[in-house]
Amino acid sequence: MTSLLVEVPGFLTTVQDLGRPGNGVLGVSASGAADPIALQLGNRLVGNPPGAPALEMTLTGGTFVFPEGAIFALTGADFPATLNREPIGEWSTHHAPRGSKLHVGATTNGARCYLCVAGGVHVPLVLGSASTHLLSGLGGFHGRALRAGDVLQLGTAPAILPRYTIHSDALGKLKPRKILSVTEGPQESWFSAEPHSDFFESSFQVTEEANRMGLRLSGPTLALAHNRELVSEGTPLGAIQVTPSGQAIILFVEQQTAGGYPKIANVIGADLPSLGQLRPRDSIRFQRVSFEEARAAWLAQQQLLQSEKRLFA
Amino acid sequence: MRFCAASDQSLLVYLGNDIGHAAHEQVLHLVHAIESAPPKWLRNLQPAYCSVLVSFDLGEVTHHDVEVFVRSLKESSRQGSAAPSKTMEIPVCYGGEFGPDLEEAAALLSLPPERVIELHAATLYRAYFLGFAPGFAYLGDLPSQLELPRLSAPRKKVPAGSVAIAGKQTGVYPFATPGGWRLIGRTPLTIFRADREPMGLITLGDHVRFRSVSKEEFRRLEDA
Repeated sequence: MTSLLVEVPGFLTTVQDLGRPGNGVLGVSASGAADPIALQLGNRLVGNPPGAPALEMTLTGGTFVFPEGAIFALTGADFPATLNREPIGEWSTHHAPRGSKLHVGATTNGARCYLCVAGGVHVPLVLGSASTHLLSGLGGFHGRALRAGDVLQLGTAPAILPRYTIHSDALGKLKPRKILSVTEGPQESWFSAEPHSDFFESSFQVTEEANRMGLRLSGPTLALAHNRELVSEGTPLGAIQVTPSGQAIILFVEQQTAGGYPKIANVIGADLPSLGQLRPRDSIRFQRVSFEEARAAWLAQQQLLQSEKRLFA
Repeated sequence: MRFCAASDQSLLVYLGNDIGHAAHEQVLHLVHAIESAPPKWLRNLQPAYCSVLVSFDLGEVTHHDVEVFVRSLKESSRQGSAAPSKTMEIPVCYGGEFGPDLEEAAALLSLPPERVIELHAATLYRAYFLGFAPGFAYLGDLPSQLELPRLSAPRKKVPAGSVAIAGKQTGVYPFATPGGWRLIGRTPLTIFRADREPMGLITLGDHVRFRSVSKEEFRRLEDA
């Protein structure tokens, strides 16, 4: 088996795949890549199944050594990178000779980038997934973020693999958005009309409390029309819940699976990957769409992600 | 039964309006009925007190399709074989450093702290559902004499194992997480472990009883 040595881990680097949905009865959220589009495209560049386990880096990249060589791709936000001191681009297949060193810098735009290696990163599956759930120490590499000196096993890579690049047209269509489409939340009518228009007419800022569990926003205070208590209920991924102080929190991949705060809106499926690229102090807005529009956007995105012809240049 | 689209890929099924056994029995029935033959579009089920959040594959079905499916289950009253529920005993060291809110809770309730402990430990609770964090069971019903609102300012970090109360509910924090419930004690047991089978000590529909233990016994159990 080939391996990958972590020389410098970066701020927060974890093993992620497409997560483990279906464990709500245990109170376990799905976890998985914060930007599943970047993960899937990276895997396609190296001939892996789209959901193969890869490394997710957050804000700052790491330094990695491939003792036996590897075929890899970097995808996601703009993290400048070098392979054996030569600058390399994202969204392309790269061949690293034996003993190569990959250095990934700090982001210049966006929050997360993915290192996908041909054969995938090999860790034991927990509840059917390799993804790390940081809060509970479940899955991934010993349930935790990577540290200097960690050695990860890689799956078997094909002997020969063509070099690919993702087409710029496709990348443009899949680009993370700062204007997020949302559908109405189950308690939308609980909010008074005025703050409700505030919700769609104002911009919100991502605060420092933004991580894989959720993104706390700062912006106009969203008041309830009447003081009501919600009986705790299941909370979908991307739910925008409002705290008693009127602040919005978007629930993310390592979310609490149930909660008692009213939910004003929900980010649509097609825009969930965009949440994974938001950084503290980013300014975002919400745009209301119908459930039909949300479904159409999702189907179009899935179609593009499955089209070899439109993805690869 | 009431339906509400919660997101573009999930539907909330309400089976009642309040915390109570009647609605919860229906929640358990629906979860078991769906789990006994899960459709291939099903992505997740999140039961709660009186609702079930059904997440689905948007490429396969719409909210309407899921609603029709749930209605058909109710009509045919398809029953899954519910896993037999067990009764768990959770040792708790109440008060002091382990239960920093016990004294204040007792004062607000106009009860001596010993009486709060006695009432909390004398009740057989039902695990209504798991959520918030892996393995966190929402337990009820707390005796009405112990009902208090949540803390107005949640703690940024609650120690793992903390036993807490809020409204009609009680629970044990499996991990060090933020939390707004009042902490009255702590258990030395590890509530959730990824490398254990089953991972969580408490599962949906279980019954739970708390047992008051001394600091010494807490330490002994912690080391065990």
